[in-house]
Amino acid sequence: MSGGALLAESLAEKAPQSLKTTGPGRRKLTPYLLLLPGLLWLAVFFVAPTISLAQNSLQQGNLIDGFQFTFHIANYTAALSSYWPQFLRSFVYAGLATIFCIMIGYPLAYTIAFRAGRWKNAMLVLVIAPFFTSFLIRTLAWQTILADNSIVVSIMRSLHITNLLAVVGLTQSTRVLNTPLAVVAGLTYNFLPFMTLPLYAALDRMDPRLIEAGQDLYCSPWTAFRKITWPLSLPGVVAGTLLTFIPAAGDYINSRLLGVPNQAMIGEVIDLKYFSELDYPTASALSFTLLIAILILVSLYVRRAGTEELV
Amino acid sequence: MSDSVTTAGAGVDLQLINVTKRFGDFTAVDDLTLTIPQGSFFALLGPSGCGKTTTLRMVAGLEEPTDGTIKLGAEDITWAKPYRRPVNTVFQSYALFPHLDIFENVAFGLRRRGQKDVKKQVDDILELVELGGLARRKPPQLSGGQQQRVALARALINRPKVLLLDEPLGALDLKLRRQMQLELKRIQLEVGITFVHVTHDQEEAMTMADTIAVMNVGRVEQMGAPTDLYENPSTTFAANFLGQSNFFNGRVMQRGTDAQVQVGDRTLRMDGSRIHSAGDDVHLGVRPEKLRIAFGADAEMPTGFNRLEGVVTDASFIGVSTQYLVRVPWGQEVIVFEQNTNRDSRVDNGAPVTIAWDPLHAFALDASQDVAAGADLDDEAAPAAVAQ
Amino acid sequence: MAVQTPTQSTKIARVGSARPGGPIRWIRAHIVPLGAGAALLYMFLPIFVVVAFSFNRPNGRYNDKWVRFSTNAWQHPCAVSGMCSGLKLSLTIGLIATVVSVILGTLVAFALGRYRFRGRSATNLLIFMPMATPEVVMGSSLLALFVMLRVQSGTMTILIAHIMFCLSFVVVTVKARIAALDPRLEQAAMDLYANERVTFWKITFPLVLPGIVAAALLAFSLSFDDFIITYFNSGATVTFPIFVWGAANHGTPPQINVVGATMFLVSLVVVIVGQVSSSRRRKKA
Ligand SMILES: Nc1ncnc2c1ncn2[C@@H]1O[C@H](COP(=O)(O)OP(=O)(O)OP(=O)(O)O)[C@@H](O)[C@H]1O
Ligand SMILES: [Mg+2]
Repeated sequence: MSGGALLAESLAEKAPQSLKTTGPGRRKLTPYLLLLPGLLWLAVFFVAPTISLAQNSLQQGNLIDGFQFTFHIANYTAALSSYWPQFLRSFVYAGLATIFCIMIGYPLAYTIAFRAGRWKNAMLVLVIAPFFTSFLIRTLAWQTILADNSIVVSIMRSLHITNLLAVVGLTQSTRVLNTPLAVVAGLTYNFLPFMTLPLYAALDRMDPRLIEAGQDLYCSPWTAFRKITWPLSLPGVVAGTLLTFIPAAGDYINSRLLGVPNQAMIGEVIDLKYFSELDYPTASALSFTLLIAILILVSLYVRRAGTEELV
Repeated sequence: MSDSVTTAGAGVDLQLINVTKRFGDFTAVDDLTLTIPQGSFFALLGPSGCGKTTTLRMVAGLEEPTDGTIKLGAEDITWAKPYRRPVNTVFQSYALFPHLDIFENVAFGLRRRGQKDVKKQVDDILELVELGGLARRKPPQLSGGQQQRVALARALINRPKVLLLDEPLGALDLKLRRQMQLELKRIQLEVGITFVHVTHDQEEAMTMADTIAVMNVGRVEQMGAPTDLYENPSTTFAANFLGQSNFFNGRVMQRGTDAQVQVGDRTLRMDGSRIHSAGDDVHLGVRPEKLRIAFGADAEMPTGFNRLEGVVTDASFIGVSTQYLVRVPWGQEVIVFEQNTNRDSRVDNGAPVTIAWDPLHAFALDASQDVAAGADLDDEAAPAAVAQ
Repeated sequence: MAVQTPTQSTKIARVGSARPGGPIRWIRAHIVPLGAGAALLYMFLPIFVVVAFSFNRPNGRYNDKWVRFSTNAWQHPCAVSGMCSGLKLSLTIGLIATVVSVILGTLVAFALGRYRFRGRSATNLLIFMPMATPEVVMGSSLLALFVMLRVQSGTMTILIAHIMFCLSFVVVTVKARIAALDPRLEQAAMDLYANERVTFWKITFPLVLPGIVAAALLAFSLSFDDFIITYFNSGATVTFPIFVWGAANHGTPPQINVVGATMFLVSLVVVIVGQVSSSRRRKKA
């Protein structure tokens, strides 16, 4: 059940302490033989497509006359100049969803790790179980929950929360469904376990006596959290952020089902270019830009967070 | 089964010949040559990080020497696989298999060698280490001391020719520790297995071992019977690592049975066979408990003893004995331990005293060495061992 | 402790007597668990809706308004054409993708966790990359490759894609377990007359197994639930998520909720049974 937890640990893992240094002869080949099938699979079905994606993105032409590689950089400039709002929106939504995931996932992970006692396993189960119901079904359920005449929205309306959020443009004054808030809520919801489990793994590894030691050394609970718990949970925060932000930035299910029709995220544009407009070069250019943008963001973030042991 | 896996026979000495182990350019064990006679209880003593564990691991076959040969009897085992050696290890951190219960942990080696009556042997050995009732528990459910005893049982049950013990008693409380020391010694005498025992506890080493080797930075500083090592150390490191010493800077004036060493303006006598220095500049060493102390500058002392007059600068009562600091004529402070049999109440701070010692109890070491070598290492070593 | 410091005693006195401050103090002391409770509620809200609406009898094609209670959908789960076949296909693909990716990934994890070799960090990077690539990018580039090679999209291409993205998750999960393994345990086994093969099967494998099981569960749930990559590479094949997607656009029968609720219950039961049996085993020992 601790798949995510283990995953998080490994993302935060240090280089193995003791490695067999390979001896002469057959043993030297062993690691390569072990790697061969898996890496071959990745080479053919991940690396090759990515390279051909980069190549396609510089092609010119159409489906009927065929595509030629002409190093057509204009694909990128055209794609970026027309679709930068969708890029921006994707990153803003993904960023917001990540922050909300931390805000919701942290108390949850903390409670399970330190406060749950013998209910620890039961709580872990409760955290994971909802996510075995299909992603799409859950998102459809959110449609129902956030529908205009639903209880949740009525309460929000009577407490003027909708009005308040409308001021910052997250909702409309009477609606929640088909607003940015609904998309961010959906993203937050769907990627929450990818945040909670790595956080839990990091916190669970921590010795609770460290917090006591901190309070013994005159930390208030808040200071103890800031100076001890938070830094020690950083590997989990980093792993969780990556596992949340990356898929959220590329997602378009939530924005399609919960969002404003003419305010797409970038994934939707790529989908559209592929399946409706059959404009492969532009679609590839958009895909490749998204990939590069995410890699840049990730490497900046990882450097900032000081954890380069991820890979 | 391979015939190298047999119980202890006769005349199989463990020999390490010019064994060196390097990790990268760091030399952990440096040209070590040792012979450990069959059936002996051999203790490896030394500060943390001096290469004790590495030495054991090479004997166990878990590390390959960079250079040198390891022999068991006539057989060269330098390159033998660990599971082909009649050698077992009690690991510094126990290394109990977490997914197997205590019984299966202990039975592991027997099962690998396809032995019969596993149950009886395991029950017996668990009885021996007083864990009879816990056979079906998993290792994490045991206390540190209990885990340690399981580790011991797991190795011992195989009756290896050589049993390697890497600080096996570190986690036990004092009482259990003493009990296990006696138990270990009894088992060792009973089964005649060669024990190589690594420890930080010099008292443990001295009470249990036939031979002690004091290691320092990958080399053996001195090796010998516990009494020899203590009474007649040959390096300042060995002297300081095992107990305390007073050292006087001196110059050898005469060698032979009635040797003489000039210290300040005094000529002190000693046994020439205890001068471990080719050169004449020496550190003259005397253990604090060998010194006698009496009130007055002209107190009576046995004839033939070396005498020094001085003033008590500090006296502290430490139970069985009293520890004095005495300032001798050339300003040095000398430590004296005096048994509290008939403590002279006049000997207190500021009192003029005489100290004296039997010339046979002094030793002289090469003055080119650091007087303080190994002095504080032992205290540092203890917590380091716990941290591992 | 016999001696009480003044601050302690005053604190105790205040908690005991000052009723008005009581609730606020209590909330402040339990703010974190309260937050956790709220989070759990948030997580379960859609599940309640899914379960409740599986008992709905909708008027139109969309099951989004409560009309009246009915067990019709539970009695006839396969009444909707295409759903059950999609479900079967998703389960089959999930199983195959899990088995293949767990085998390939475990081998890679052992190579990375156990050997130092040239190209190790490049391999780590290659494993990490699919996790850092958004699904839409992987899905579209893989589609482009299949188109270029004139491979017909279908079950086979879906399988290929699923194995590809499950692989990385398997590798990191199993590798973590291997890295957490104390190398001294294997050394101890070798010291106790177990040769390499016996050591592997008696010590290494049992200790790594929980990681492999976790990886398998993760791979299965990733494959079973995947939509975007599958959508790009499915051609005319309809897996369960693709069926739901279509339903979202043409009408959502309550049978979808039946499947969702069942999946939730099954996973709950599996996990609880697993927990109970493992704690029973622990107690017995
Ligand atoms: N695998 C290794 N790689 C590099 N250096 C090592 C390795 N193993 C040991 N060393 C170094 O070799 C030296 C000797 O280590 P060893 O474990 O033998 O010490 P020790 O005498 O057993 O110490 P302790 O009493 O603390 O257990 C140490 O300085 C240690 O840092
Ligand atoms: Mg050691």
